[in-house]
Amino acid sequence: MTPLGKRPTAAAIARRVGAGEITARRPVEEALERASAERLNAFLSLRGERALEEAELVDRRVAAGERLPLAGVPVAVKDNIAVAGVVTTCGSRLLEPYVSPFDATAIARLRDAGAVVIGKTNLDEFAMGSSTENSAFGPTLNPHDPGRVAGGSSGGSAAAVAAGLVPVGLGSETGGSVRQPAAFCGAVGVKPTYGRVSRYGLVAFGSSLDQIGTVATTVEDAARILETIAGSDPRDATTLPGRPGRLADGLDEADPASRIGWPGEFFGEGLDPDIRAACERARDRLAAAGAEIVELSLPHAPYGIAVYYVVAIAEASSNLARYDGVRYGYRAAGADELHAMYERTRAAFGAELKRRIMLGTYVLSAGYYEAFYGKGTVVRARIRGDFETAWERVDAILTPTTPTPAFPVGEKAEDPLAMYLNDVYTVSANLAGIPAVTVPFGRVRPTSERPALPIGVQLMGPARAERRLFELARFLEREAAA
Amino acid sequence: MSIGADDVRHIARLARLDLSEDEVQRFRRELSAILEYVNRLEELEPGRAAEPEPPDQPLREDRVVGWPDPSWFLDQAPSRDGFFLVPRVVD
Repeated sequence: MTPLGKRPTAAAIARRVGAGEITARRPVEEALERASAERLNAFLSLRGERALEEAELVDRRVAAGERLPLAGVPVAVKDNIAVAGVVTTCGSRLLEPYVSPFDATAIARLRDAGAVVIGKTNLDEFAMGSSTENSAFGPTLNPHDPGRVAGGSSGGSAAAVAAGLVPVGLGSETGGSVRQPAAFCGAVGVKPTYGRVSRYGLVAFGSSLDQIGTVATTVEDAARILETIAGSDPRDATTLPGRPGRLADGLDEADPASRIGWPGEFFGEGLDPDIRAACERARDRLAAAGAEIVELSLPHAPYGIAVYYVVAIAEASSNLARYDGVRYGYRAAGADELHAMYERTRAAFGAELKRRIMLGTYVLSAGYYEAFYGKGTVVRARIRGDFETAWERVDAILTPTTPTPAFPVGEKAEDPLAMYLNDVYTVSANLAGIPAVTVPFGRVRPTSERPALPIGVQLMGPARAERRLFELARFLEREAAA
Repeated sequence: MSIGADDVRHIARLARLDLSEDEVQRFRRELSAILEYVNRLEELEPGRAAEPEPPDQPLREDRVVGWPDPSWFLDQAPSRDGFFLVPRVVD
């Protein structure tokens, strides 16, 4: 396997292509070659000739004097984000024959900036899962140990980046689906502020939570991609007004001295001791650089998973109602009546999808709505309130990204609740709508049970504070390499 | 929190999901376990239901915007004839 950092970064590729040192075709061709030989099941489809044609178009634009911040940068895109003319499967049999007639806004912005989408990556069906094992097309394997999962649901993009197939990728987050696989694979993963990136062209899962995120080998690359795709969009009424400003330039010059929150609730039972130790090292490095460490409490955070599995599944069961076999995708053959057609078509959903549709329908059904969904929204507001209180005292909060490193394929496949608990440290940011970044910070000590798997530490910040998070993440990235 | 097989069948009907008998039994167990976990929210003091309010959510004008070629969408339909075709709805 290719170790992290051996391949050129997006920044390096764009610089060389922009300066005319290499053609855009070269990095795109090389990425396509690597991706067509990969054995991790990271990619579901490759764009081949079309990607090369687009690279040549980038070369013509560069030759014409256009300054393109991502000239010739090959990108992997999670297969729940629309790329015009390409099949969008969402890792599901239900959508298998669907060809997107349009580009997602994030894709159109990447194209404008000179990036080239080389292929679509594997995911848990409709982004529902934490291991990519729920994909109808088989699991994505971890580049550090092919016996282990890549994490999920954006496992394909995280594995493709960590294995050095591409420098950057797009994923999507509802409860940690970029950060958790990035941590498992040893990559940088970003969940932006809710509304930061347009969701036009992102297949909906939990609409009050969903957000497109970035995965990269470096903090600078992750920030550059976000800077490119972020900003308001008339096609998505939930986007924040304006643009985020400069997110990637000058991260090295920033002073890490700031107030860093250390929430006790994130360091309790169930946390791998090596991951705890990595967080403590990160904390101590920040303190040594002048940061003030503030112990604090986020008292409702331990209820995050319970809230998430009410709110997210309720929204999912509503959003998934559109897969009825009428307008696109798969339709079961042989039904002679409309309702039978719906029911048999939807029987093609995988087990996890059915589980969530059933749960979501249950918590929204007459007699249970108040007890479950109503209660869930109450506690969600309190989780948000806990963070608002914290921001009066700190600029960012440091926690683990995941309770454990990547686990073996199949280990949690039969225990949905154990799988859900993977997201225990990530869901709070989604429920509160705040940005969060995971950055690789050391590895677990190898034992007979497991190799030296990567560890991710997480920084969360107030809404719109992506820039500060990237500055702090860049500091930790430097310290991890030191 | 325990869910019976009839509850599972009722929810499946609402959700328009055709479940096998094996699936009914499996979901009865799994949904009960997950709802049991979710029930920990009851430990907390009750409060007023609140829809989350994401920051700065401006309303946009409701405008109709045309699409260059409707066939891009219609051609995706499993069955079509200038319209979306479905099996009969009533006898």
